[in-house]
Amino acid sequence: MLNKLYDWIDERVDITPLWRDLADHEVPEHVNPAHHFSAFVYCFGGLTFFVVVIQVLSGMFLAMYYVPDIERAWDSIYHLQYNVAYGKIVRGMHHWGASVAIVMMFLHTLRVFFQGAYKKPRELNWIVGVMIFLTMLALGLTGYLLPWDMKALFATNVTLNIIESVPLIGEPLRTLLAGDSVITGAQTLTRFFAIHVFFLPALLFLLIGIHFFLIRRQGISGPL
Amino acid sequence: MKRGKGMKFVGDSRIPATNRKPNIPKDYSEFPGKTEYFYPDFLLKEWLVGAVFLVGFLCLTIVGEPPLEREADPTDSSYIPMPDWYFLFLYQLLKYSYASGDYNLIGVLVIPGLAVTALMLAPFIDRGPKRRPKDRPIATGFMLLAVAAIFYLTWEAVVTHDWETAKQQGLISEAATEDIEIDTTHPGYAVYQAQSCIGCHGTNLEGSGSNPPLIGTEKSKEEIMDIAVNGIGSMPAGLFTGSEEELEQLAEFISSIEK
Ligand code: HEM
Repeated sequence: MLNKLYDWIDERVDITPLWRDLADHEVPEHVNPAHHFSAFVYCFGGLTFFVVVIQVLSGMFLAMYYVPDIERAWDSIYHLQYNVAYGKIVRGMHHWGASVAIVMMFLHTLRVFFQGAYKKPRELNWIVGVMIFLTMLALGLTGYLLPWDMKALFATNVTLNIIESVPLIGEPLRTLLAGDSVITGAQTLTRFFAIHVFFLPALLFLLIGIHFFLIRRQGISGPL
Repeated sequence: MKRGKGMKFVGDSRIPATNRKPNIPKDYSEFPGKTEYFYPDFLLKEWLVGAVFLVGFLCLTIVGEPPLEREADPTDSSYIPMPDWYFLFLYQLLKYSYASGDYNLIGVLVIPGLAVTALMLAPFIDRGPKRRPKDRPIATGFMLLAVAAIFYLTWEAVVTHDWETAKQQGLISEAATEDIEIDTTHPGYAVYQAQSCIGCHGTNLEGSGSNPPLIGTEKSKEEIMDIAVNGIGSMPAGLFTGSEEELEQLAEFISSIEK
Protein backbone atom coordinates (compact mmCIF):
# COMPACT_ATOMS: atom_id res chain seq x y z
CA MET A 1 0.00 0.00 0.00
CA LEU A 2 2.63 2.49 1.10
CA ASN A 3 4.95 1.16 -1.58
CA LYS A 4 2.29 1.65 -4.21
CA LEU A 5 1.69 5.18 -3.05
CA TYR A 6 5.41 5.85 -3.12
CA ASP A 7 5.70 4.44 -6.64
CA TRP A 8 2.74 6.45 -7.79
CA ILE A 9 4.37 9.69 -6.63
CA ASP A 10 7.83 8.64 -7.76
CA GLU A 11 6.58 7.93 -11.29
CA ARG A 12 5.33 11.47 -11.56
CA VAL A 13 7.81 13.47 -9.52
CA ASP A 14 10.97 11.33 -9.47
CA ILE A 15 11.62 11.80 -5.78
CA THR A 16 14.04 8.90 -5.32
CA PRO A 17 17.19 10.84 -6.26
CA LEU A 18 16.33 13.50 -3.70
CA TRP A 19 16.61 11.31 -0.65
CA ARG A 20 19.08 8.87 -2.20
CA ASP A 21 21.43 11.78 -2.42
CA LEU A 22 21.25 12.11 1.36
CA ALA A 23 21.18 8.40 2.11
CA ASP A 24 23.95 7.11 -0.12
CA HIS A 25 27.23 7.64 1.51
CA GLU A 26 29.55 5.27 3.23
CA VAL A 27 30.56 5.37 6.87
CA PRO A 28 34.26 4.62 7.08
CA GLU A 29 35.46 2.23 9.74
CA HIS A 30 37.42 4.77 11.75
CA VAL A 31 34.32 6.79 12.66
CA ASN A 32 32.14 3.80 13.48
CA PRO A 33 31.92 3.07 17.22
CA ALA A 34 30.75 -0.45 16.38
CA HIS A 35 34.30 -1.17 15.23
CA HIS A 36 36.40 1.12 17.39
CA PHE A 37 34.80 2.16 20.63
CA SER A 38 36.92 5.31 20.79
CA ALA A 39 35.09 6.51 17.68
CA PHE A 40 32.29 7.63 19.98
CA VAL A 41 33.95 11.05 19.82
CA TYR A 42 32.51 11.34 16.32
CA CYS A 43 29.01 11.16 17.79
CA PHE A 44 29.15 14.50 19.54
CA GLY A 45 28.22 16.50 16.44
CA GLY A 46 25.23 14.28 15.76
CA LEU A 47 24.16 14.39 19.40
CA THR A 48 24.39 18.18 19.38
CA PHE A 49 22.07 18.16 16.40
CA PHE A 50 19.71 15.81 18.20
CA VAL A 51 19.53 18.15 21.17
CA VAL A 52 18.95 21.11 18.85
CA VAL A 53 15.95 19.22 17.44
CA ILE A 54 14.70 18.65 21.01
CA GLN A 55 15.09 22.36 21.68
CA VAL A 56 13.10 23.31 18.61
CA LEU A 57 10.28 20.90 19.38
CA SER A 58 10.03 21.66 23.10
CA GLY A 59 10.30 25.36 22.29
CA MET A 60 7.30 25.11 19.98
CA PHE A 61 5.29 23.61 22.81
CA LEU A 62 6.48 26.26 25.27
CA ALA A 63 5.26 28.90 22.85
CA MET A 64 1.73 27.53 23.22
CA TYR A 65 1.71 28.82 26.80
CA TYR A 66 4.31 31.52 27.04
CA VAL A 67 3.28 35.18 26.89
CA PRO A 68 6.12 37.64 26.18
CA ASP A 69 4.81 40.41 28.37
CA ILE A 70 6.17 41.50 31.73
CA GLU A 71 2.75 41.27 33.37
CA ARG A 72 2.12 37.74 32.23
CA ALA A 73 5.42 36.08 31.37
CA TRP A 74 6.18 34.77 34.83
CA ASP A 75 2.57 33.75 35.43
CA SER A 76 2.45 31.86 32.17
CA ILE A 77 5.60 29.92 33.07
CA TYR A 78 4.30 29.26 36.57
CA HIS A 79 1.02 28.05 35.15
CA LEU A 80 2.77 25.79 32.66
CA GLN A 81 5.05 24.33 35.29
CA TYR A 82 2.57 23.76 38.10
CA ASN A 83 -0.88 23.50 36.54
CA VAL A 84 -0.49 22.08 33.05
CA ALA A 85 -0.23 18.30 32.68
CA TYR A 86 3.38 17.41 31.83
CA GLY A 87 4.20 21.11 31.66
CA LYS A 88 7.13 20.44 33.95
CA ILE A 89 8.53 17.97 31.44
CA VAL A 90 8.11 20.32 28.50
CA ARG A 91 9.82 23.15 30.33
CA GLY A 92 12.37 20.74 31.77
CA MET A 93 13.32 19.48 28.32
CA HIS A 94 13.93 22.98 27.04
CA HIS A 95 15.76 24.03 30.20
CA TRP A 96 18.09 21.03 30.51
CA GLY A 97 18.36 20.72 26.75
CA ALA A 98 20.02 24.12 26.63
CA SER A 99 22.75 22.92 28.98
CA VAL A 100 23.17 19.55 27.29
CA ALA A 101 23.42 21.25 23.89
CA ILE A 102 26.21 23.48 25.16
CA VAL A 103 28.08 20.53 26.66
CA MET A 104 27.75 18.40 23.53
CA MET A 105 28.79 21.28 21.31
CA PHE A 106 31.82 21.92 23.50
CA LEU A 107 32.86 18.26 23.28
CA HIS A 108 32.31 18.28 19.51
CA THR A 109 34.49 21.38 19.18
CA LEU A 110 37.22 19.77 21.26
CA ARG A 111 37.19 16.59 19.17
CA VAL A 112 37.46 18.60 15.94
CA PHE A 113 40.20 20.73 17.45
CA PHE A 114 42.35 18.01 18.95
CA GLN A 115 42.06 15.86 15.85
CA GLY A 116 43.19 18.77 13.73
CA ALA A 117 40.09 18.13 11.62
CA TYR A 118 39.83 21.84 10.83
CA LYS A 119 42.87 21.76 8.59
CA LYS A 120 42.67 22.11 4.85
CA PRO A 121 40.21 21.66 3.22
CA ARG A 122 37.87 22.10 6.21
CA GLU A 123 38.81 25.63 7.34
CA LEU A 124 35.51 27.07 6.15
CA ASN A 125 33.48 24.58 8.08
CA TRP A 126 35.45 25.37 11.20
CA ILE A 127 34.63 29.07 10.79
CA VAL A 128 30.96 28.21 10.30
CA GLY A 129 31.28 26.08 13.43
CA VAL A 130 32.62 28.94 15.53
CA MET A 131 29.72 31.08 14.30
CA ILE A 132 27.32 28.32 15.35
CA PHE A 133 29.03 28.27 18.73
CA LEU A 134 28.44 31.98 19.24
CA THR A 135 24.85 31.69 18.03
CA MET A 136 24.16 28.94 20.54
CA LEU A 137 25.60 31.02 23.37
CA ALA A 138 23.43 33.95 22.29
CA LEU A 139 20.39 31.66 22.32
CA GLY A 140 21.20 30.68 25.89
CA LEU A 141 21.66 34.30 26.89
CA THR A 142 18.40 35.56 25.41
CA GLY A 143 16.39 32.57 26.59
CA TYR A 144 17.51 33.10 30.18
CA LEU A 145 15.50 36.33 30.44
CA LEU A 146 12.21 34.95 29.18
CA PRO A 147 10.79 33.40 32.41
CA TRP A 148 11.04 36.89 33.89
CA ASP A 149 12.00 35.70 37.35
CA MET A 150 14.59 37.30 39.60
CA LYS A 151 17.63 35.56 38.18
CA ALA A 152 16.46 36.28 34.65
CA LEU A 153 16.07 40.00 35.16
CA PHE A 154 19.23 40.55 37.17
CA ALA A 155 21.51 38.43 35.00
CA THR A 156 20.23 40.26 31.94
CA ASN A 157 20.80 43.57 33.64
CA VAL A 158 24.43 42.62 34.22
CA THR A 159 24.82 41.48 30.61
CA LEU A 160 23.35 44.71 29.29
CA ASN A 161 25.63 46.75 31.55
CA ILE A 162 28.61 44.85 30.22
CA ILE A 163 27.53 45.51 26.66
CA GLU A 164 27.01 49.16 27.47
CA SER A 165 30.53 49.49 28.85
CA VAL A 166 32.07 48.76 25.46
CA PRO A 167 33.29 52.03 23.97
CA LEU A 168 31.58 53.54 20.89
CA ILE A 169 29.19 50.76 19.94
CA GLY A 170 28.22 49.84 23.51
CA GLU A 171 25.41 52.27 24.12
CA PRO A 172 23.64 52.03 20.77
CA LEU A 173 23.97 48.24 20.94
CA ARG A 174 22.39 48.16 24.37
CA THR A 175 19.50 50.30 23.15
CA LEU A 176 19.04 48.04 20.15
CA LEU A 177 18.90 44.89 22.28
CA ALA A 178 17.02 46.25 25.29
CA GLY A 179 14.74 48.72 23.54
CA ASP A 180 15.79 51.43 25.96
CA SER A 181 19.01 53.06 27.08
CA VAL A 182 18.38 52.55 30.81
CA ILE A 183 15.36 50.38 31.56
CA THR A 184 15.40 46.62 31.36
CA GLY A 185 11.68 46.15 31.04
CA ALA A 186 8.76 45.46 28.77
CA GLN A 187 10.65 46.37 25.59
CA THR A 188 13.60 44.25 26.57
CA LEU A 189 11.46 41.19 27.13
CA THR A 190 9.71 41.43 23.78
CA ARG A 191 12.97 42.07 21.98
CA PHE A 192 14.74 39.16 23.64
CA PHE A 193 11.73 37.02 22.83
CA ALA A 194 11.85 37.96 19.16
CA ILE A 195 15.62 37.44 19.05
CA HIS A 196 15.42 34.12 20.87
CA VAL A 197 12.52 32.72 18.88
CA PHE A 198 12.92 34.19 15.41
CA PHE A 199 16.24 35.82 14.64
CA LEU A 200 18.72 33.43 16.22
CA PRO A 201 16.97 30.17 15.22
CA ALA A 202 16.81 31.41 11.62
CA LEU A 203 20.52 32.14 11.76
CA LEU A 204 21.21 28.80 13.44
CA PHE A 205 19.31 26.80 10.81
CA LEU A 206 21.14 28.58 8.05
CA LEU A 207 24.53 27.91 9.63
CA ILE A 208 23.73 24.28 10.43
CA GLY A 209 22.54 23.87 6.84
CA ILE A 210 25.88 25.13 5.55
CA HIS A 211 27.70 22.99 8.13
CA PHE A 212 26.01 19.80 6.94
CA PHE A 213 26.31 20.71 3.29
CA LEU A 214 30.05 21.12 3.72
CA ILE A 215 30.43 17.87 5.66
CA ARG A 216 28.56 16.00 2.94
CA ARG A 217 30.67 17.65 0.27
CA GLN A 218 34.03 17.07 1.92
CA GLY A 219 33.38 13.85 3.75
CA ILE A 220 34.58 13.24 7.25
CA SER A 221 38.29 13.71 7.90
CA GLY A 222 40.47 10.63 7.62
CA PRO A 223 41.97 8.63 10.46
CA LEU A 224 44.76 10.29 12.39
CA MET B 1 42.17 25.90 -10.20
CA LYS B 2 39.96 22.90 -10.34
CA ARG B 3 36.81 24.69 -11.51
CA GLY B 4 34.52 21.72 -11.47
CA LYS B 5 37.06 19.34 -12.93
CA GLY B 6 36.86 17.07 -9.94
CA MET B 7 38.29 17.38 -6.49
CA LYS B 8 38.61 14.76 -3.81
CA PHE B 9 38.38 15.72 -0.17
CA VAL B 10 37.47 12.36 1.18
CA GLY B 11 40.01 10.68 3.36
CA ASP B 12 42.32 13.29 4.68
CA SER B 13 42.91 16.92 5.26
CA ARG B 14 46.61 17.19 4.72
CA ILE B 15 48.21 19.68 2.39
CA PRO B 16 48.13 18.87 -1.34
CA ALA B 17 50.53 16.45 -3.00
CA THR B 18 54.14 17.62 -3.44
CA ASN B 19 56.90 15.87 -5.27
CA ARG B 20 58.59 15.10 -2.03
CA LYS B 21 55.78 13.07 -0.61
CA PRO B 22 52.78 11.90 -2.56
CA ASN B 23 49.76 12.78 -0.58
CA ILE B 24 46.72 11.76 -2.55
CA PRO B 25 43.73 11.11 -0.34
CA LYS B 26 42.28 7.65 -0.43
CA ASP B 27 38.78 7.06 -1.71
CA TYR B 28 36.17 5.57 0.60
CA SER B 29 36.22 2.43 -1.52
CA GLU B 30 39.85 1.91 -0.56
CA PHE B 31 39.26 1.97 3.13
CA PRO B 32 39.44 -1.41 4.85
CA GLY B 33 36.44 -3.66 4.43
CA LYS B 34 34.53 -2.45 7.46
CA THR B 35 33.18 0.64 5.77
CA GLU B 36 29.42 0.62 6.12
CA TYR B 37 26.54 2.07 4.21
CA PHE B 38 24.99 5.03 5.96
CA TYR B 39 21.51 4.03 4.88
CA PRO B 40 20.08 1.87 6.27
CA ASP B 41 22.79 0.05 8.29
CA PHE B 42 24.44 2.87 10.12
CA LEU B 43 21.34 5.01 10.41
CA LEU B 44 19.62 2.21 12.33
CA LYS B 45 22.47 2.12 14.86
CA GLU B 46 22.42 5.87 15.18
CA TRP B 47 18.70 5.63 15.80
CA LEU B 48 19.26 3.17 18.64
CA VAL B 49 21.93 5.31 20.24
CA GLY B 50 19.58 8.29 19.87
CA ALA B 51 16.79 6.39 21.63
CA VAL B 52 19.05 5.51 24.57
CA PHE B 53 20.25 9.11 24.76
CA LEU B 54 16.66 10.36 24.72
CA VAL B 55 15.66 8.05 27.57
CA GLY B 56 18.61 9.25 29.64
CA PHE B 57 17.73 12.84 28.86
CA LEU B 58 14.08 12.37 29.82
CA CYS B 59 15.17 10.82 33.12
CA LEU B 60 17.17 13.96 33.75
CA THR B 61 14.15 16.17 33.10
CA ILE B 62 12.00 14.07 35.42
CA VAL B 63 14.54 14.11 38.25
CA GLY B 64 15.52 17.76 37.98
CA GLU B 65 12.68 20.19 38.05
CA PRO B 66 13.57 23.33 36.07
CA PRO B 67 14.14 26.16 38.54
CA LEU B 68 11.78 29.10 38.69
CA GLU B 69 12.41 31.97 41.06
CA ARG B 70 9.87 34.56 42.13
CA GLU B 71 8.66 37.07 39.62
CA ALA B 72 11.18 39.73 38.65
CA ASP B 73 11.16 42.71 40.97
CA PRO B 74 13.39 45.47 39.57
CA THR B 75 13.25 47.40 42.83
CA ASP B 76 15.02 44.69 44.84
CA SER B 77 18.57 45.99 44.62
CA SER B 78 20.01 43.54 47.14
CA TYR B 79 19.63 40.57 44.82
CA ILE B 80 22.94 38.95 43.84
CA PRO B 81 22.84 38.37 40.07
CA MET B 82 23.90 35.02 38.65
CA PRO B 83 24.13 34.01 34.99
CA ASP B 84 23.47 30.53 33.68
CA TRP B 85 26.35 28.16 34.50
CA TYR B 86 27.99 28.22 31.07
CA PHE B 87 28.58 31.96 31.35
CA LEU B 88 30.07 31.74 34.84
CA PHE B 89 33.67 31.79 33.62
CA LEU B 90 33.13 35.10 31.81
CA TYR B 91 31.33 36.49 34.82
CA GLN B 92 34.14 35.41 37.13
CA LEU B 93 36.75 36.97 34.86
CA LEU B 94 35.17 40.36 35.43
CA LYS B 95 35.71 40.08 39.16
CA TYR B 96 39.50 40.28 38.92
CA SER B 97 40.98 43.71 39.44
CA TYR B 98 42.88 43.74 36.15
CA ALA B 99 39.76 42.85 34.23
CA SER B 100 37.33 45.25 35.84
CA GLY B 101 37.02 48.84 37.01
CA ASP B 102 39.55 50.90 35.07
CA TYR B 103 40.64 47.79 33.24
CA ASN B 104 37.08 46.79 32.40
CA LEU B 105 37.90 46.78 28.70
CA ILE B 106 40.41 43.99 29.19
CA GLY B 107 37.86 41.69 30.77
CA VAL B 108 34.97 42.67 28.53
CA LEU B 109 36.57 42.99 25.14
CA VAL B 110 40.26 42.16 24.93
CA ILE B 111 40.42 38.71 26.51
CA PRO B 112 37.15 37.28 25.11
CA GLY B 113 37.84 38.98 21.78
CA LEU B 114 41.32 37.47 21.50
CA ALA B 115 40.02 34.06 22.48
CA VAL B 116 37.22 34.06 19.90
CA THR B 117 39.48 35.45 17.18
CA ALA B 118 42.14 32.86 17.89
CA LEU B 119 39.52 30.10 17.81
CA MET B 120 38.10 31.40 14.55
CA LEU B 121 41.52 31.62 12.93
CA ALA B 122 42.89 28.37 14.34
CA PRO B 123 43.10 26.65 10.93
CA PHE B 124 45.19 29.54 9.61
CA ILE B 125 47.47 29.74 12.62
CA ASP B 126 48.00 26.01 12.96
CA ARG B 127 48.74 25.32 9.31
CA GLY B 128 51.18 22.41 9.34
CA PRO B 129 50.30 19.08 7.79
CA LYS B 130 50.34 17.19 11.07
CA ARG B 131 47.06 16.37 12.77
CA ARG B 132 47.90 14.43 15.92
CA PRO B 133 47.68 16.58 19.07
CA LYS B 134 51.21 15.77 20.19
CA ASP B 135 52.61 16.85 16.83
CA ARG B 136 50.98 20.27 17.26
CA PRO B 137 52.27 21.29 20.68
CA ILE B 138 51.38 24.97 20.35
CA ALA B 139 47.78 24.46 19.27
CA THR B 140 47.27 21.67 21.78
CA GLY B 141 48.95 23.66 24.55
CA PHE B 142 46.86 26.77 24.02
CA MET B 143 43.64 24.82 23.85
CA LEU B 144 44.45 22.87 27.03
CA LEU B 145 45.28 26.15 28.71
CA ALA B 146 41.98 27.69 27.59
CA VAL B 147 39.98 24.69 28.74
CA ALA B 148 41.80 24.69 32.08
CA ALA B 149 41.09 28.41 32.47
CA ILE B 150 37.40 27.90 31.72
CA PHE B 151 37.15 25.10 34.26
CA TYR B 152 39.08 27.03 36.87
CA LEU B 153 37.05 30.23 36.47
CA THR B 154 33.78 28.34 36.54
CA TRP B 155 34.90 26.54 39.67
CA GLU B 156 35.92 29.79 41.34
CA ALA B 157 32.58 31.37 40.49
CA VAL B 158 30.75 28.40 41.97
CA VAL B 159 32.65 28.31 45.26
CA THR B 160 32.53 32.06 45.84
CA HIS B 161 28.80 32.31 45.19
CA ASP B 162 26.61 32.35 48.29
CA TRP B 163 24.16 29.67 47.26
CA GLU B 164 22.16 29.68 50.49
CA THR B 165 21.40 33.41 50.39
CA ALA B 166 20.77 33.24 46.67
CA LYS B 167 18.25 30.50 47.20
CA GLN B 168 16.42 32.52 49.84
CA GLN B 169 16.38 35.57 47.61
CA GLY B 170 14.75 33.71 44.80
CA LEU B 171 12.08 31.80 46.70
CA ILE B 172 8.55 32.15 45.46
CA SER B 173 6.52 33.40 48.44
CA GLU B 174 4.48 30.77 50.20
CA ALA B 175 1.13 32.23 49.22
CA ALA B 176 1.66 31.47 45.57
CA THR B 177 2.35 27.80 46.15
CA GLU B 178 0.83 26.76 49.47
CA ASP B 179 -2.78 26.58 50.42
CA ILE B 180 -3.74 29.07 53.05
CA GLU B 181 -6.64 28.33 55.36
CA ILE B 182 -9.59 30.12 53.88
CA ASP B 183 -12.61 30.74 56.09
CA THR B 184 -15.30 29.42 53.80
CA THR B 185 -18.01 30.16 56.35
CA HIS B 186 -17.39 33.89 56.09
CA PRO B 187 -20.45 35.56 54.48
CA GLY B 188 -18.02 37.20 52.05
CA TYR B 189 -16.99 33.77 50.80
CA ALA B 190 -20.59 33.01 49.90
CA VAL B 191 -20.64 36.18 47.80
CA TYR B 192 -17.27 35.29 46.30
CA GLN B 193 -18.81 31.98 45.31
CA ALA B 194 -22.14 33.32 44.08
CA GLN B 195 -20.59 36.06 41.98
CA SER B 196 -18.26 34.95 39.21
CA CYS B 197 -15.02 35.63 41.18
CA ILE B 198 -14.43 32.00 42.05
CA GLY B 199 -14.30 30.99 38.40
CA CYS B 200 -11.07 32.84 37.74
CA HIS B 201 -9.50 33.35 41.15
CA GLY B 202 -10.08 29.79 42.34
CA THR B 203 -11.80 28.09 45.26
CA ASN B 204 -8.98 28.98 47.62
CA LEU B 205 -8.33 32.40 46.11
CA GLU B 206 -5.14 30.90 44.73
CA GLY B 207 -5.63 32.36 41.26
CA SER B 208 -4.99 30.39 38.09
CA GLY B 209 -2.66 31.05 35.21
CA SER B 210 -2.55 34.77 34.69
CA ASN B 211 -5.47 35.42 37.06
CA PRO B 212 -3.70 36.57 40.21
CA PRO B 213 -4.27 35.03 43.62
CA LEU B 214 -6.30 37.23 46.00
CA ILE B 215 -4.26 36.23 49.01
CA GLY B 216 -2.50 39.12 50.70
CA THR B 217 -3.40 41.64 48.02
CA GLU B 218 -2.44 44.50 50.35
CA LYS B 219 -5.36 46.45 48.96
CA SER B 220 -7.86 48.33 51.08
CA LYS B 221 -11.51 47.38 51.30
CA GLU B 222 -12.46 50.39 49.14
CA GLU B 223 -9.97 49.47 46.43
CA ILE B 224 -11.27 45.94 46.29
CA MET B 225 -14.86 47.15 46.03
CA ASP B 226 -13.80 49.35 43.16
CA ILE B 227 -12.00 46.50 41.35
CA ALA B 228 -14.95 44.15 41.75
CA VAL B 229 -17.22 46.66 40.06
CA ASN B 230 -14.94 48.41 37.60
CA GLY B 231 -12.40 45.68 36.80
CA ILE B 232 -8.63 46.04 36.58
CA GLY B 233 -6.10 45.14 33.91
CA SER B 234 -7.55 42.29 31.89
CA MET B 235 -10.38 41.74 34.37
CA PRO B 236 -13.45 43.39 32.82
CA ALA B 237 -15.83 45.76 34.60
CA GLY B 238 -19.31 44.74 35.59
CA LEU B 239 -18.49 41.27 36.87
CA PHE B 240 -20.07 42.04 40.22
CA THR B 241 -23.84 42.10 40.03
CA GLY B 242 -24.85 41.78 43.69
CA SER B 243 -26.10 44.29 46.26
CA GLU B 244 -24.12 47.00 48.00
CA GLU B 245 -24.12 44.99 51.22
CA GLU B 246 -22.76 41.92 49.48
CA LEU B 247 -20.05 44.01 47.90
CA GLU B 248 -18.97 45.19 51.33
CA GLN B 249 -18.90 41.67 52.70
CA LEU B 250 -16.89 40.47 49.73
CA ALA B 251 -14.31 43.24 50.01
CA GLU B 252 -14.02 42.77 53.74
CA PHE B 253 -13.44 39.07 53.27
CA ILE B 254 -10.76 39.47 50.61
CA SER B 255 -8.90 42.26 52.37
CA SER B 256 -8.86 40.19 55.58
CA ILE B 257 -6.79 37.40 54.05
CA GLU B 258 -3.12 37.84 54.72
CA LYS B 259 -0.16 35.96 53.44
C1 HEM C 1 24.73 23.09 16.75
C2 HEM C 1 25.98 22.83 16.70
C3 HEM C 1 26.69 21.80 15.80
C4 HEM C 1 26.20 20.70 15.16
C5 HEM C 1 24.74 20.18 15.20
C6 HEM C 1 27.29 20.09 14.47
C7 HEM C 1 27.20 18.90 13.75
C8 HEM C 1 28.27 18.27 13.14
C9 HEM C 1 28.25 16.91 12.66
C10 HEM C 1 27.05 15.96 12.71
C11 HEM C 1 29.48 16.64 12.15
C12 HEM C 1 29.97 15.30 11.60
C13 HEM C 1 31.08 14.72 12.47
C14 HEM C 1 30.80 14.59 13.92
O1 HEM C 1 29.64 14.34 14.29
O2 HEM C 1 31.74 14.78 14.72
C15 HEM C 1 30.27 17.84 12.26
C16 HEM C 1 31.58 17.99 11.80
C17 HEM C 1 32.34 19.16 11.97
N1 HEM C 1 32.04 20.20 12.82
FE1 HEM C 1 30.24 20.51 13.70
N2 HEM C 1 28.42 20.82 14.65
C18 HEM C 1 28.10 21.87 15.47
C19 HEM C 1 28.96 22.83 15.95
C20 HEM C 1 30.28 22.94 15.55
C21 HEM C 1 31.20 23.86 16.14
C22 HEM C 1 30.88 24.81 17.29
C23 HEM C 1 32.40 23.70 15.46
C24 HEM C 1 33.73 24.41 15.64
C25 HEM C 1 33.96 25.47 16.34
C26 HEM C 1 32.21 22.68 14.45
C27 HEM C 1 33.17 22.28 13.51
C28 HEM C 1 33.06 21.12 12.76
C29 HEM C 1 34.05 20.68 11.78
C30 HEM C 1 35.33 21.42 11.37
C31 HEM C 1 33.59 19.44 11.29
C32 HEM C 1 34.28 18.53 10.28
C33 HEM C 1 35.11 17.55 11.09
C34 HEM C 1 35.64 16.40 10.31
O3 HEM C 1 35.45 16.32 9.10
O4 HEM C 1 36.27 15.55 10.97
N3 HEM C 1 30.91 22.23 14.54
N4 HEM C 1 29.52 18.82 12.89
